[in-house]
Amino acid sequence: MPTLLEMRGITKTFPGVKALDNVNLTVEQGEIHAICGENGAGKSTLMKVLSGVYPHGSYEGEIVYDGGPLALRDIKESEAKGIIIIHQELALVPLLSIAENMFLGNEIAKNGVMNWPKAFKEAEGWLKKVGLTEPPSAVVGKLGVGKQQLIEIAKALAKDVRLLILDEPTAALQENDSAKLLDLMLELKAQGVTQIIISHKLNEIARVADRVTVIRDGTSISTMDKHEITEDRIIRDMVGRDMANRYPERKPNPGDVLLEVENWSCWHPEQVGRQMIKGVSLKVRKGEIVGIAGLMGTGRTELAMSVFGRSYGKNHSGTVKMHGRVVDVSTVTKAIDAGLAYVTEDRKGLGLVLEEPIVRNVTLANLFGVSKGGWLDKHRETQVADGYRKQMAIRTPGVQQKVVNLSGGNQQKVVLSKWLFTDPEVLILDEPTRGIDVGAKFEIYSIMKDLAEQGRSILMISSEMPELLGMCDRIYVMNEGRIVGEVSGAEASQEKIMGMILKEGRAA
Amino acid sequence: MADKSTGHLGAHLRENGMLLALVAIVALFTVAIAYDGKSFLIPPNISNIFLQNAHVIILALGMLLIIVAGHIDLSVGSVAAFTGAVAAYLTVTLKLPFYVVIPLTLVVGGLIGAAQGYWVAYWRIPSFIVTLAGMMVFRGATMWMLGGQNIGPFPDEFQALSSGFVPDLLGVGKPHGLTLLVVVLAIGAILWSGLRARARDAEFGIEPEPMAFFWGRNAIVAAGIAFVGWQLANFRGLPNVMVVLTVLTLLYFFFTENTTMGRRIYALGGNEKAAKLSGIRTDRLVFLTFVNMGVLAALAGMVVTARLNSATPKAGTGFELDAIASVFIGGASMTGGSGKIVGVVVGALIMGVMNMGMSILGIGNEYQFMIKGLVLLAAVIFDVVNKAR
Repeated sequence: MPTLLEMRGITKTFPGVKALDNVNLTVEQGEIHAICGENGAGKSTLMKVLSGVYPHGSYEGEIVYDGGPLALRDIKESEAKGIIIIHQELALVPLLSIAENMFLGNEIAKNGVMNWPKAFKEAEGWLKKVGLTEPPSAVVGKLGVGKQQLIEIAKALAKDVRLLILDEPTAALQENDSAKLLDLMLELKAQGVTQIIISHKLNEIARVADRVTVIRDGTSISTMDKHEITEDRIIRDMVGRDMANRYPERKPNPGDVLLEVENWSCWHPEQVGRQMIKGVSLKVRKGEIVGIAGLMGTGRTELAMSVFGRSYGKNHSGTVKMHGRVVDVSTVTKAIDAGLAYVTEDRKGLGLVLEEPIVRNVTLANLFGVSKGGWLDKHRETQVADGYRKQMAIRTPGVQQKVVNLSGGNQQKVVLSKWLFTDPEVLILDEPTRGIDVGAKFEIYSIMKDLAEQGRSILMISSEMPELLGMCDRIYVMNEGRIVGEVSGAEASQEKIMGMILKEGRAA
Repeated sequence: MADKSTGHLGAHLRENGMLLALVAIVALFTVAIAYDGKSFLIPPNISNIFLQNAHVIILALGMLLIIVAGHIDLSVGSVAAFTGAVAAYLTVTLKLPFYVVIPLTLVVGGLIGAAQGYWVAYWRIPSFIVTLAGMMVFRGATMWMLGGQNIGPFPDEFQALSSGFVPDLLGVGKPHGLTLLVVVLAIGAILWSGLRARARDAEFGIEPEPMAFFWGRNAIVAAGIAFVGWQLANFRGLPNVMVVLTVLTLLYFFFTENTTMGRRIYALGGNEKAAKLSGIRTDRLVFLTFVNMGVLAALAGMVVTARLNSATPKAGTGFELDAIASVFIGGASMTGGSGKIVGVVVGALIMGVMNMGMSILGIGNEYQFMIKGLVLLAAVIFDVVNKAR
């Protein structure tokens, strides 16, 4: 197969940081090439160099594309050459229709006047190609993330794509949507579209990729052919060492029942008559790690947030007990006082004040712990934050660093520190390792293990089944706002949990 | 992987840059006015910069909290006019003594703030709209209250709020002994607290700002205070209003820097949802910042009314813009979550010095507006560019 793209010796320096150091990447015509690496390894920077976000001249090294040198000035030029990147954060305008989004910046128009009939007709064709049956006039914001992702791809196809770059396309998708997307990638490959996929999900890479290039610390480490690809080898190259065990060794020793949620229900905050949580009951013992499995959108986050100070939904009913006594969790403050903590799945949106330093984020939920009569003791505050920095191994020059500058793993440790400073008995961790690289994941798991050994209880919500299986003593399975099953950690398997979800789905 | 380090130096530059800008503007006008054959930094002018801009500083203190919380208040000019009219009615028509009028008027301001804050905080009506409505409503209410006429004059006790001077309790006469004592104490306090904070920072391993910045800034501040103090002492001493301003500035400085509530307002503006999920009652906090703004608007209204010695239907026009401009020149962010009291006061002084300097130079009103607008734009552009680097 001829080579479509060759990037040779790419080096990109930011003030004080070498983001890319002599990276080589070769992509053959018509293949699916996966790029793996921890967060911050330089994958995104490399793709920005390729797509013209960083113009020619702002980096060293050379790019050969389609037999000729590539010297891009901006994204527009890269798109003209058929290089199209679909970012992790989708770039669709939610209030516009599918057709309007699809031709945004690429309008079918004459002298600035849109030809809508033609646009709709063409949109319909592209939608069919990606397997969507929605009318082109449908408003994008009302569709699920999975469908939006497909619209992004349709949009790329409409631009006559030759090299499609997908940055973590399945990060926000449920399993069946992910499967659909991967199928589409294979289909596009059959039609001759060359693709680069950036992903953390090794099973997906194994499924679709023809070759894999691993990047670590801004350098390309290795490129594997199809027959060489194994998860272990990818991980080893990513973290630079063998990961014999992806989960820490635990000796579970659950005590008495600590948290009990009984017959908990709540309704959607806006849509009248839509019950989101339907009589959920669950128990968590002292020192136990309990998982909640389920597909996205089945109400796990809604359950956690509604219990935590009614932060979600309305018309709540049911009781919450701690140590067998009913506790008032009607506001966040009361929930915190009762011994609960909720670590959100949306770190940046709901967990952190990004523009503030680490120290201010750590103490935010317990300012009373560093103040007297409303008066802050800033030095005590610094001490507290610095203590957590050491304990959690938050990698940063100091606690005055703004959290926006930290990597995902370090940000998560800041959020965990914030909640540990409230001294909770039960921590609800919602997708605690989402968007975190393999090495940092292990650190988060180790912290969880330590917390459980200290006698704290953990309720972990996760869409990654292996981590539930690897960490939990017991797993509840949720579907459509109900608990549909419960398995002990020893008996649990992916098949068993999926079976519970699917069986329920058929019965309903 | 080690994380990127932020521009620590950049942050220091920004804070100190404001001060340098103020010094530069003062120097510019001193030279320009001297060239014109007049003098700028003479005691009456210095005294007047504070007297004529007291209301801007007072409003800007409250506006900072509003803007940090992620909101805006367009009604403060109208509210100041209305509360000025209320004070006039109570004093001139009802003949109430000033010690009843002042607290009563502040309460009226607080109630107005509460009325607007209620809709903003608990019903989540955009503050821009609520206070735009308030701006019209209270302008109308002022006219209604005054019946289209000016109410005045005021008794001396009320006027003293703005045009009075603190008597020289030390009895030195000229130079004003008390003023000099206050100046010495103020400089001492600033240096002492600065050095103490540095020492504690070092003890706790916090990276202190570079020594040169610390001494450079404090030298400028001390020289500024000493100069202003000496000039005032040789004139009529400390204006009452300056005492009020100093106390308020210190109060709000400590509130924003050192109290849990102040901290929560910053968190609320930085990320409301995260603050809420951390157990902070964000709606009540927003409500209280508006109540606070109302009280300060009433104070500003009384200061202006006292200075003009009458309540007029047109009073307070454009005050909201001066206050908002001061906050943004002072480095606050439009999206909320950042901004400092010291910056705001320096921002207000920059506006005040420009107003006075341009008036002395005889620059027409039309040019004054254009120049002030461009300075506001330049300050914010400087900020954005500085952050993007």
